Amino acid sequence: MSSTDPQDRSGRGEEAARAVPRHRRAHTTSRDLERYAGLFAARTRVMRSSAMRDLMEITARPEVISLAGGLPDTTTFPPESFAAQMTRIAQESSAEALQYGPTEGFERTKDVICEVMGVEGMRPDRDDVIVTTGGQQALDLIAKTLLDPGDVVIAEGPTYPGAVPVFCSYQADTRQVPIDEHGMRIDVLEETLDSLAAEGTAPKFVYSVPTFQNPGGATMSLERRRALVELARERELLIVEDNPYGLLRYEGEALPALYELDGGDYVLYAGTFSKILSPGIRVGWLCAPPPVMEKVVLGKQAADLCTSTLTQYFVGEFFGEERWMDYVDDVVAIYRGRRDAMLDALERFFPAEARWSRPEGGLFVWVTLPDYINTTDLLAKALRENVAFVPGEAAFTDGRGSHSMRLNFSAQSEDEIREGVRRIGRVIADQLDLYRTITGEHRMVEPGAAAAEEPSADVLPLRRRPRGERD
Amino acid sequence: MRVAVIKGGRSLERAVSMRSGARVEDALAGAGHDVTGIDAGEDLVGRLKAGSFEAAFVALHGPGGEDGTVQELLEILSIPYTGPGVAACLRGMDKVLAKNILRERGVPTPDWVAFNSTAFRELGAADALAEIEEGLGFPLVVKPGAGGSSLGVRFAASADEVPEALVAAFSYDDRVLLERHVDGRELAVSLIDGEPLPIVEAAPNEADQFNYEARYEIGRTTYTCPAELAEAEARAVSEAAVATWEALDFAGFGRVDVMLGSDGPQVLEINAVPGLTDTSLLPMACEAAGISFDEFAERALTLAAGR
Repeated sequence: MSSTDPQDRSGRGEEAARAVPRHRRAHTTSRDLERYAGLFAARTRVMRSSAMRDLMEITARPEVISLAGGLPDTTTFPPESFAAQMTRIAQESSAEALQYGPTEGFERTKDVICEVMGVEGMRPDRDDVIVTTGGQQALDLIAKTLLDPGDVVIAEGPTYPGAVPVFCSYQADTRQVPIDEHGMRIDVLEETLDSLAAEGTAPKFVYSVPTFQNPGGATMSLERRRALVELARERELLIVEDNPYGLLRYEGEALPALYELDGGDYVLYAGTFSKILSPGIRVGWLCAPPPVMEKVVLGKQAADLCTSTLTQYFVGEFFGEERWMDYVDDVVAIYRGRRDAMLDALERFFPAEARWSRPEGGLFVWVTLPDYINTTDLLAKALRENVAFVPGEAAFTDGRGSHSMRLNFSAQSEDEIREGVRRIGRVIADQLDLYRTITGEHRMVEPGAAAAEEPSADVLPLRRRPRGERD
Repeated sequence: MRVAVIKGGRSLERAVSMRSGARVEDALAGAGHDVTGIDAGEDLVGRLKAGSFEAAFVALHGPGGEDGTVQELLEILSIPYTGPGVAACLRGMDKVLAKNILRERGVPTPDWVAFNSTAFRELGAADALAEIEEGLGFPLVVKPGAGGSSLGVRFAASADEVPEALVAAFSYDDRVLLERHVDGRELAVSLIDGEPLPIVEAAPNEADQFNYEARYEIGRTTYTCPAELAEAEARAVSEAAVATWEALDFAGFGRVDVMLGSDGPQVLEINAVPGLTDTSLLPMACEAAGISFDEFAERALTLAAGR
């Protein structure tokens, strides 16, 4: 008889495992492996490195201060209103909430989506909206609808790490255009388009997170937004605007979405309730013009028939109370404090060689270190100090980003953020010191202020980062 | 028999260990043993004490599982356990110690130099790098002194790449070694009770020749078992593995990694708790020898109890 450890990922306790004997899967032999390898689709060959996967697994240990995730803080949602809303659904709409729903999503959900987009200045046609299972599915459906193997996609560099496996699994040839503090470099985009044209090809779409970019933290300037939309019209290019964080602005003036500037002709728009309500409900959306939408609906039918009706009902209830902007305001106030705590801590604890973004909103800070520090290796060392981040390589498709890291500030308290950043800073300082010792350019480096007290003659000339990789 | 399968833990190889452990649990439970999987954590000793186990199967990779720590605890609790004893684990986990012993016993292993970070920080070891590089030649391999996975292992093609590779390796251990790169075939010899099993060859795809991470992914490395070797070559490789086993006084089971270059086999390291997952090399070798995984697990347990 077999019992399962309570900490096992299966999540089953020993009692349950004893009660129901586990089916014993015949284990694979090497012949099976060869057989499977012969069956695997070519797209499965594009996998992320297993080393990083294994590292990320231990970032979930409870003793680790994880600045790695992208999690909104769901403890801020009042449990009593959650209970009241779910109770109302059970009492008033039990049968419907437990039933399948339309593939495009409920009209009620679409009304809410139009309301949320309206707050950011967009006026989508309700027929252009499809409710998706999280914003992630919106990306998957776009890729499924538009990409054949080998098709070119242009993304920002760095780009949203969760988009990389989507494009990879449709075997896209992803080209990355660098960002700077004003977002995607439109001049480089034009050069890239020109060189693609010279190769006799064009991208199927340009993927951008223009506002509070994940992971870069940058926000595309108004000038560049206009230029991008203009470029799309001129070259009849599709833009995919992914905007999960637009309402999480902590300072500065809101900028118009690409979708608003364009009017929805060349810009497809992906949105989500994950950051303004809950990621657990898996409700997002996609706005696309009718010809694209027609195919997207077919793709969604194949994928999952419809987005969870139960959680769409929850969205309807929550937004029906008309206090949702208050909740967003609460969350924004909390995240603003956490962002400030992180930026302060970076200033205090990170060595002078480090560069980082100063996001006006969103969830992430992007830090770039000297190019002889590999952040995947650094993560292994940081995990021994019980702190975690996302190595920058995850945000690139070509191995770049290996000396950058993404830090999240939404999921931890201000104290934990300070302590986490302090620990990472210590590990970096140690690596830098070791590197200098090995290369003979020795200089004892203490994090933060202490370094500034060193005589200037000893100060190493800073290595210049290539443009576009820092802000 | 009431058996604890110790797995998981907090090391970087946790994920692999969870898979190894799950497979062992299935095999032993299928054979009628009363099996409890234990994810090694703060309550490990408490659970081992409370469980009145007759044996422990150590499926814990990396530090803790392969460096004698868990073995020492099991000795104290008088629970027989699989794999090598405390001292052999210490020798196997520490690549530098293992290589020193191998060299003393005349078992071929590539030339190397090992340092801890103090050597660089306080004793000016950096000044000796040029001589070391000249002695070992390029490309050379830089690796952490401990640890069995590919993490932190780098090829350095030129002197420029050495400092970065050293910093990377020091991320995983306070001691690193620079090793002469052996141009040749990558082989692994698994042993049960000192008896070598058929040899596995790992042939990384062309593009991944210098990428250790590729060793762990189906499709990026081609495994062949038994490896296609001339009889004399196969014998020399197996003999080197057996000599390694004996030199380090191993017990139970283990895996010896060997490079077969133009001047014969060169032993890289021995693993006290090799991977036991569906894609691991020891199970592959067992299968080629006609030993099912269930039989292997049972045999490992018998060897433990007989100690």
